[in-house]
Amino acid sequence: MTAKDQGETPTVTATIDGVQVTVPQGTLIIRAAESIGIEIPRFCDHPLLEPAGACRQCLVEVLEPGPDGKLSPLPKPQTSCSLELREGMVVRTQQTSKVADRAQRGIMELLLVNHPLDCPVCDKGGECPLQDQAMAHGGAESEFKEAKRTFDKPLALSSAILLDRERCILCQRCTRFSDQISGDPFIELQERGARSQVGTFDPDVLGFDGDAVMGLAAEDESGRPFSSYFSGNTIQICPVGALTSTGYRFRSRPFDLVSSPSIAEHDSSCSAIRIDHRRGTILRRLSGEDPDVNEEWITDKDRFAFAWAEDRLTRPLVREGDELREATWPEALARAAEGLRAAVDGNRSKGVGVVPGGRVTLEDAYAYQKFARVVLGTNDVDARTRVSSDEEQAFVGGVAGTGLGVTFVDLEAAPTVALVGFEPEDEGGVVFLRLRKALDRQTVYAFAPFLSCGTAKLGALLVPTVPGLEGVALDGVRRGSGVGGDAFRGLSKPGSVVVVGERLAGVPGALSAALELAERTGARVAWIPRRAGERGAVEAGAIPGLLPRGLSIQSEEARKRVASVWGLSDLPARPGRSAYDMLGLAGTGGLSALVVGGTTASDLPKPMANGIRKAPFLVSLEVKRSDVTEHADVVLPVAPPWEKRGSFVNWEGRSRPFEEALPSAAPSDHRVLDMLAREMGVDLGTSTVEAVREEMGRIEPDDALRPDAPAVARPTQAQIAKRGKTVSLATWHALLDLGSLQDGEPHLAGTARVPVARVSPASVQAWGLKGSAIRVSGLGRGIVSLPLVVTPGMVDGVVWLPTNSPGSTVARTLGVAHGDTVSVKGSEQ
Amino acid sequence: MTLTPVLSRQWGEPRSWTLDVYESGGGYAGLKKALAVDPADVRRMVQDSGLRGRGGAGFPTAVKWGFLPPDDGGSRYLVVNADESEPGACKDVPLLMASPHLVLEGAAIAAYATGVHRVFIYLRGEVLHAHRRLLKAIEEARSKGYLGTNVMTSGYEIDVTLHAGAGAYICGEETALLSSLEGFRGQPRLRPPYPAVEGLYSRPTVVNNVETIASLPGILTWGTDWFRSWGTKASPGHALFSVSGHVSKPGQYEAPLGITLRELIKAAGGMRPGHQLKFWTPGGASSEILTAKHLDIPLDYEAVDEAGSSLGTRGVQVFDETTCVVRAVSRWIDFYRHESCGKCTPCREGTSWLSDALRRIERGKGTKADVDRLVTTCESIRGRSLCALGDGATMTVVSSIERFESEYRAHLRGRGCPFDPRETMYLPSAAGKGGA
Repeated sequence: MTAKDQGETPTVTATIDGVQVTVPQGTLIIRAAESIGIEIPRFCDHPLLEPAGACRQCLVEVLEPGPDGKLSPLPKPQTSCSLELREGMVVRTQQTSKVADRAQRGIMELLLVNHPLDCPVCDKGGECPLQDQAMAHGGAESEFKEAKRTFDKPLALSSAILLDRERCILCQRCTRFSDQISGDPFIELQERGARSQVGTFDPDVLGFDGDAVMGLAAEDESGRPFSSYFSGNTIQICPVGALTSTGYRFRSRPFDLVSSPSIAEHDSSCSAIRIDHRRGTILRRLSGEDPDVNEEWITDKDRFAFAWAEDRLTRPLVREGDELREATWPEALARAAEGLRAAVDGNRSKGVGVVPGGRVTLEDAYAYQKFARVVLGTNDVDARTRVSSDEEQAFVGGVAGTGLGVTFVDLEAAPTVALVGFEPEDEGGVVFLRLRKALDRQTVYAFAPFLSCGTAKLGALLVPTVPGLEGVALDGVRRGSGVGGDAFRGLSKPGSVVVVGERLAGVPGALSAALELAERTGARVAWIPRRAGERGAVEAGAIPGLLPRGLSIQSEEARKRVASVWGLSDLPARPGRSAYDMLGLAGTGGLSALVVGGTTASDLPKPMANGIRKAPFLVSLEVKRSDVTEHADVVLPVAPPWEKRGSFVNWEGRSRPFEEALPSAAPSDHRVLDMLAREMGVDLGTSTVEAVREEMGRIEPDDALRPDAPAVARPTQAQIAKRGKTVSLATWHALLDLGSLQDGEPHLAGTARVPVARVSPASVQAWGLKGSAIRVSGLGRGIVSLPLVVTPGMVDGVVWLPTNSPGSTVARTLGVAHGDTVSVKGSEQ
Repeated sequence: MTLTPVLSRQWGEPRSWTLDVYESGGGYAGLKKALAVDPADVRRMVQDSGLRGRGGAGFPTAVKWGFLPPDDGGSRYLVVNADESEPGACKDVPLLMASPHLVLEGAAIAAYATGVHRVFIYLRGEVLHAHRRLLKAIEEARSKGYLGTNVMTSGYEIDVTLHAGAGAYICGEETALLSSLEGFRGQPRLRPPYPAVEGLYSRPTVVNNVETIASLPGILTWGTDWFRSWGTKASPGHALFSVSGHVSKPGQYEAPLGITLRELIKAAGGMRPGHQLKFWTPGGASSEILTAKHLDIPLDYEAVDEAGSSLGTRGVQVFDETTCVVRAVSRWIDFYRHESCGKCTPCREGTSWLSDALRRIERGKGTKADVDRLVTTCESIRGRSLCALGDGATMTVVSSIERFESEYRAHLRGRGCPFDPRETMYLPSAAGKGGA
C-alpha cells in the first residue's frame, strides 16, 4: 500500500547540498533544509506567516528535472522561503553554491546600506537575526559610503509599542502578523521605494491627511487607530530592533538576562511564555513556543502585565486594633489557627468559608479544598468568585477528571463553532487567534446580542440572543430553516464544537441547553472560563459540590473513596455553599470566619464585598496588599506565580506545569495551608507540589460517581414576555480593563479599548434616549455613565457595558450581572 | 521597409475617437467575425497569427490565454494593462486617445475568446484625457450593443470597467496591477500562483497590454496571413515604435517588427541637423543601451536579444554626441529609485544607492572603485529582485559602463561632467505629429 492509499500526505524526495531529503509535498525548501540541519539565512520568512519573498536573503540555486528527467537550472536564484520542494529537485544553498552565496552576500550588503550601526545601544543587539546573520554571511567591511537614511525616532505606534524606522528592514513580518494573524491591520506600509516605512497613517508622517486604515479594526470608538490585543507579538518577530516596547526599551541587554520558561497566569489558555529576568527582577516576558497551545503568540496582557505584584508582601501581618503590623510566621500562624479554631468549635460559631479565587494553581486549589474539608470540616469551599450556580456546578462535574477534551487543534479543525456566552477576543486571548487561523475553513455562530469587533473579525454569523436567554437561543438550533437550521446543520458536521463561557453560569438553563444541543448534533462542548485557575479548581474539587477528579460530594462512595486516600473514615456530607453565598453570609454574621485566596473585593458586587469587610475573622493569603488584606485579621504572604512551582490546568484540560522562574523563599498557598493545618493539629500533606500530585493521582475518576448532568428549565414564555418590556444588560470583561493583574502597567492600559455603552437604534428610539451618553442604573444608587454608541444590527431591548473598565464597574457600581435587568437614561457626556 | 499604419490608421482623422468615425473605418467587423465562430476558433486564429504580447516581454498571447484552467462556472477576468509608464514608451496612451474603440473591440474579442464576461481596463491615473475618452467610448459601445448583456445580438455578455491607477510604474507589473485593482497596495505578488490560475480576486485572470488587445480586430478582420505578412517568422506583425530624443520628428511610428533603427530615424526626419547618433535604447529605460554599431539590426525580439538588449516596449530613445551617458543613466536610475515599490531588498536599497552613487560620480566625486561598485551592485540586483523592475533598473547602468567606460572615467577624481547640458537640450522646431 502506498502512502496515498493510507490517506497520508504524499512525500517528495529531493537533494539539498548533496543530502537526500524526503518531506511531505508542499514543504518549502527553507523548511526542508532546516529538517536536515542546513540553515539558510532569512528575515521575512516566518513559519506561521504566509511567504512574502520580500527580503530575498534566502536565495538558493535550484535545478529541476524536465519532462525528460534531465536536470536544468532555474534561470535565477530562487527564494527558498516561497518555493516548494518538488520531486527530484537539486537545491544548492550558500554552503555548496557560489551563485547562492554571491546572491546572499549581495542582499546582506544591500540590507546594511541603510541600516544604522547602533548595535551597541540597540535593544536587539545580542539577539538580533540581522546582527547574527550579518556576522555569519556578510562581508566584514562596508564599501558603501553614502549617508544613511534617517527618520525621527521613535514613532509611537501605540502607547506600548515604539518604532525606530531607520532600523527597519521592511521584512513586513509585523504588518503581515497584523493582517494575517490578529486581523488588526493597525499598521501598514506607507510611501514607497527607499522611503517605504511602517506606520499608522499618521498625517504627520505622510505629510497629508492620508486615507484611514481600512477594515474592521481600523478605529475604535474614540477614533484613534486601533491598538491590537496582540500587538506585542510584532516586537518578538521583528528581526531587527525596529520595534520595541515602551516598558522594556533601553532597560537591559539580552546577554545580561536569564530566561526561564513559564506559563502565563492571565487566562485559561495558560500560554507558554518565557520570563527574562536580571538579578531577581523581571524585565520582560516573551511568548514561548508551544504548537499545541499558543503556537508562538501571546496576548499583550500575557506579555506586558507582570508588574502587578510590585507592592509585595514579604512578611505576615496581624491585626492590632485598626492597624496591621508585621509579625513572624509562628505568631501569624498561631493567630490564624486560633481564630479559625474558634470559628469552628466555639459556642455560637457558624463555621468558616474558604474562598481561594480563580487564579490559584491546581496544587493550591487542592490544598484549599482539603483544608476546608479536613481541617474545617466543611464543604464551604468555592473558587468561583464570580456569578455561579448549581447548574454550573453540575455542568463542571462533567468536565472535571475527563482529561484532554476539545483542544486548540480541534477548535482550529472544527467545521462549525458556536460561541455562547463567550467573547473569544476579550475572554479567550489566544483562542481568538486559533479561531481566526481557520477563518476561511470554518463557520462561526455567535450567540450574542451583536457582533463584537472580535466575532466580526472571525466572520461570525450572529444568532441574535438576548442576554439571559442564551438557553432559549440554543433550543432554537434545530432541524429547519433560518439561522437556527443553518447552525443545526453546521454543528452536525463531525468535529464541530460548542464553546460555552463562564457567563452562562448566571443564565438559568443555558448550560443544560448547551449539553442538549451537543446531544442533538453530535458536537462537542468546550467550557472556556476566563481565569487561569478555574479549570484546575474544578479538577481539584475546590467547588462545594465536587471532590477532586469530578467525584460528587453527594455520593457516599465518592466521599469514602477520597476519605480513604486522605486516611479518614468519612468526609462532611452537608452540601457546601457558593462563594457568593459565603461572602454574603460573612457580611451578615452567617459565617464566623473566611479564608480568602487570590481574590479582589473590587470584582464583587457590594453585598459580597461587604462580606470581606465585615467578616468576623478573616485570614488572607495574598501576594501583595489589596482591598482584601486591608480588612484581614491575619495576612499570610504567598508567592506570585513566577516565584513558585505548580501547574495550571488550561481550558483544554491540559496540565501546564511550571517551575520557579525566580529563586524565592516565598511559600505557595499549598505550603502555607499545610503549615496552618499543622498549627491546628492536622497533617494536611500538602507541603510540596509532589506530595499533592501524588495524592491526587491516587484518587481515581469514576463516571458513575459524578454529579448528574444539569437539566435546568429555560425561562418560560411568560418570563420571556415580561423581559420584553425591560432593559436587559449584556456585559463581559474586556481583555484589558481594571483587572488587578494589570496593575502598574500604564503603557498596556493605554492600548485598552475606550469603554462605551451599546444600544440598538430601535431601542434608542423606544427608550427615548437623548444625548451622546447613557446613564445605566441597577440595584442601589450606583450609576454607570458612558458614551453611547448606537449599534446597528444589535438585539433590541439590550444595553451592553464592559464589565470592569474605567467608568464601568458593573458588579461594584450596579450590583448586577450579565442577563439582569437595568434602567437607562440618556444624558450628555 | 515601409511604415504600416494599422492601429494608427485613423489617428489623423478628425474626431477619430468617436464611434461614428471608427465604424466608418470598418470598426467592430472583427468582433462580428469572432462572435460568429466558436471561441476556440478565435483562440486558434490568434495562435496562428503568432501575435506576441506588446507589453514588453513578447510572450505569445495565445499561449498566455492557454494557461487559463478549464471553465469551472465561476468568474474569470480580462485585465487590460494600460498603465503605460516606461520612460521612452508612449504608444498605449496615444492609441487610447485616438482610437479607444479599437481597444474596446479588441477587449471584447479577447473576452469572448477566453470565456470572460468582465473586463477591467487599468489606466494610468495621470492621463485624464484618455480616461474621459475611454469612458465615453465605453458608453457609446454599450449603447450600440458592442458591449453589454447581449453583445451584437450574440447573447454573449461583456462588461468593461475602467479603473484609474494612482501613478505607480510598478502597477504595470501584472501582479502589482492586480493588487492595486483589488484596492491594496500596489506591490508584486509571489508567483505561483500565476494570474491565469489565481489572479484578480483569486480567480483566473488574463492580463494583456493595450496594444496586444488592439491588434486583435485586425487579425480577426483580415486574417492571420495578412498579419504574418509583416515582421519576421518568430516576431510577426505590426507594432508601434515610440521614437524620441534627438531626431527631427519624434513621435509614434507604426512599422513591421524587424524594421531597423536606421529606417526609423529616417522616418523621423533624421537626426537633428548637424549631429550624429551616440547611443539609443530599443525598449525604453529597461533595456540595455545600444550604439551606432546597431543601426541596422532588425528590431524584432530575437535580433535585439542577440545584440545584447531587449525590444521591450519599443521605446526608442535616441541620443546624439552632445549627451553625457553618465547623466542620462543617472536620470533613468532616479526614475527607478522613485518608482521602486519598496517590497524587496535589492530593488529598494539597490536603486537608491545606484542613484546616489551616479549623482556623486557625475559631480566628480567618484573613483574607479565606485564604477566597479556600480557593476557589482547591479549584479546583486539583477535576477535577485522580486519582479522585473529591479532587473530593468540595472540594464542601462551595466551596458553604459560596458560601452562607455572611458566616459565614466572622465568624470572621476574631481573632474566632473565634461559635457555642457545646454548643448544637449533640443526642442524640435518642426516636431512631427508622428504617425504615418
